[in-house]
Amino acid sequence: MREVAVIGIGMTKFGELWTKSIRDIFVESALKAIDDAGVDHIDSMYVGTMTSGLFVGQEHIGALMADYLGVAPIPAVRVESACASGGFAFRQAFLDVASGMSDIVLAGGVEKMTDGADVTYALSTAADQEYECYQGITFPGLYAMIANAYFHRYGATRKHLAMVAVKNHKNGALNPNAQFPSEITIDDVLNATMVADPITMMDSSPVSDGAASVIVTTTEIAKKLGKPIVRVIGSGAGTDTIALHQRQDILSLNAIRTAGERAFKMAGIKPADVNCAEVHDCFTIAELCIMEELGFCERGKAYLMVEKGETQLTGKIPINTSGGLKSKGHPVGATGIAQIVEVVEQLRGNAGKRQVKNAKIGLTQNMGGSGASSVVHIFTNA
Amino acid sequence: MAAEKIGIVGYGSYLPRYRIKVEEIAKQWGRDPETIKKGLALKEKTVPGIDEDTITISVAAAKNALNRAGIDPKKIGAVYVGSESHPYAVKPSATVVAEVLGITPEVHIASFEFACKAGTEAMFVAYGLVKAGLMEYAMGIGADTSQGAPGDALEFSASAGGSAFIFGKENIIVEVLDTYSWATDTPDFWRREYQFYPRHGGRFTGDPAYFKHIYNAGKGILEKTGYKPDDFKYAIFHMPNGKFPMTIGKRLGFKREQIEPGWIVPLMGNTYSGSSPTGFSAVLDVAQPNDLIFLVSFGSGAGSDAFVFKVTERLNEVRDKAEKLKDMLENNRIYLTYGEYAKHRHKIIMAE
Amino acid sequence: MPSPRYTREIPQRYRLEAGKCKKCGKIFFPPRLICDKCKSREFEKIKLNDTGKIITYTTIRVAPEQFNTQVPYNVAIIELNDGVRITAQVVDCKPEDVVIGKQVKIVFRKVQEEGAAGIICYGYKAVLV
Repeated sequence: MREVAVIGIGMTKFGELWTKSIRDIFVESALKAIDDAGVDHIDSMYVGTMTSGLFVGQEHIGALMADYLGVAPIPAVRVESACASGGFAFRQAFLDVASGMSDIVLAGGVEKMTDGADVTYALSTAADQEYECYQGITFPGLYAMIANAYFHRYGATRKHLAMVAVKNHKNGALNPNAQFPSEITIDDVLNATMVADPITMMDSSPVSDGAASVIVTTTEIAKKLGKPIVRVIGSGAGTDTIALHQRQDILSLNAIRTAGERAFKMAGIKPADVNCAEVHDCFTIAELCIMEELGFCERGKAYLMVEKGETQLTGKIPINTSGGLKSKGHPVGATGIAQIVEVVEQLRGNAGKRQVKNAKIGLTQNMGGSGASSVVHIFTNA
Repeated sequence: MAAEKIGIVGYGSYLPRYRIKVEEIAKQWGRDPETIKKGLALKEKTVPGIDEDTITISVAAAKNALNRAGIDPKKIGAVYVGSESHPYAVKPSATVVAEVLGITPEVHIASFEFACKAGTEAMFVAYGLVKAGLMEYAMGIGADTSQGAPGDALEFSASAGGSAFIFGKENIIVEVLDTYSWATDTPDFWRREYQFYPRHGGRFTGDPAYFKHIYNAGKGILEKTGYKPDDFKYAIFHMPNGKFPMTIGKRLGFKREQIEPGWIVPLMGNTYSGSSPTGFSAVLDVAQPNDLIFLVSFGSGAGSDAFVFKVTERLNEVRDKAEKLKDMLENNRIYLTYGEYAKHRHKIIMAE
Repeated sequence: MPSPRYTREIPQRYRLEAGKCKKCGKIFFPPRLICDKCKSREFEKIKLNDTGKIITYTTIRVAPEQFNTQVPYNVAIIELNDGVRITAQVVDCKPEDVVIGKQVKIVFRKVQEEGAAGIICYGYKAVLV
């Protein structure tokens, strides 16, 4: 396989973008990435979006975006893995370049959630329609069940979940693209409206519009273009049962563990080597579980790490320096790519007030549903 | 040559756990609760859960009946549900019951309607088919989630619940000695198509309707069988409120002690098609071998089905295989406010 | 709720019918075409046990449209006595009564309906015993 590098990144602001359509926001992010990369053409394109069909009645996204980006007739296809659509779109782009099939590939992600569709229903299609959603469970409900099991087994409390939200908002307040760039307090979370006990509105990522794009190419071409090199050294992905109740152990999100192990193996590094990570905090509890599955700590210990502040911007392993899904926003399909945008900024030394000192290795983890799919990428500037 | 004994092989009931007290409803409409309680001899009534309806109640009652019968469900040849609150206007309640219990697909299904006597109708026909030798077993169910118009007298009593009876020839626990039916066209209480609440003729529902039909059906079966009121250990009548069954019982010559064990209306309310069948179920929970039981239902419109039953030795063997009526009536009750009750009963106008 | 979609799931929703792998004994609810444990493709039809215990739960306070009038309602992951886990509502109790480890029994209830004119969808729920 050829060595792959990210040479261009771009994203729109995340939020309620009433005046921009799904085409507008995708093209905006793609043009930013193309300009950043300084390339005059791309060979193929992968667009991640969870359910443009349910949100705006539009499918055939690959072709549509290639058309509106003005790059037809290149091959372009939509990649879908619920909330991990963006991360998997990147993986496809990576494989396209690594395999030698294409040289310069765009991986983007987009979601337009505010046009009036039933968001609760649309998001629930990531879960088991017949054996979970039929019964009246919601997404927050699934994660709430994970949280209650986590509290029961390990002794964590709602306060620990609140610490995650507070940290992510603290970081997000420094991110100009964030949907909610403002700090919050533990009490704000503890007193927030309950959605599914113990998950409150402030434990949940918001409904957002947004798009993000990155350009990948071979390291050779990157060098020729004179671009800062951020190499992709690991890519791993995995799946698990779609229904939470069919997991071997409700607190074992095996798809994440599989994705992480494969990525670490490919990169030849250990979790402790990671300097910054963007993980999928769709709900605060998710961040705790992900930390354990990726191996940043032992099972049942993530909440203690958070309590000690080890995942803060200045901590041992800064997690979600962008503000995470909670503060930055979560336009579903765009998230996986936006995570990569942040890590690349960190590794380029361009993260401004959010900069992690001497960041050398960054990790992104994206997942779908209640953990039925996950994809992990590892990057380095070395 | 002795006639083959046909009777009930399994019986079961179900009452929802929710209740509302007469006081709570009276308070809502500015009425004096004590007057109502005394006038209707009623304390509280059952209310269906927000996820319960005549079908779910029928399923629960039928499961209990099947547990007591201990038979292979595939041998049941017919399932009938009698109700005035079938969830669908077109699509029978009994198809769901038959599917859940594994009785489908070789089964005859029908929905019965005759105001409050649809339950005994279902029993009447189920019994008839077994007696005619057309099938080995047949099930008749009476269940309702009856509606009373807000502020109307019926709102105090209209309640939810049901009972199921499986008829057969072998291992019967209660023998059916005879049946008799008496009906006329009498519009005492009715509900037109597309109307949400029923209407009634006030005091006309008394003597010309309830009392006349039960009296004649009761007298008719006594003459037919040659029995006298004193021969019976138990008597059950349709219970629209606490007073009527006691009054008609007295008129027919029965004593309070015979009527009381089946007189569950003060705590249950009037479960319409489930009323006398559930009273019957309460009696079966305590009846002993060779006890004679007198049952007369009443359905507005109007008519009455009468039955004479005799308990066999086997009732004692199966009684404990399912929950008893008294336990369902008295244990784990969840009391609702009028607002919660109105929500459960879909009496609140929701947005489209 | 389209009728074909509803009717297909009736054996599972009404009778808890599952598939047991003939080779390794793993039980699948709903039944499947291939065993993910031993890759065998032969199954026997069984019915699940109707009692179990609560593994984890939550109380839904913000619900999808068709469940709106029922909030707050409890949903739990229940492990039935044959080891199979299901997701189901726990009804007829207060939110605070639902606790990990409590015993439950499966009952047949209305799960959802499509407004005033669509089909009524039934299925399994649980009550505390």
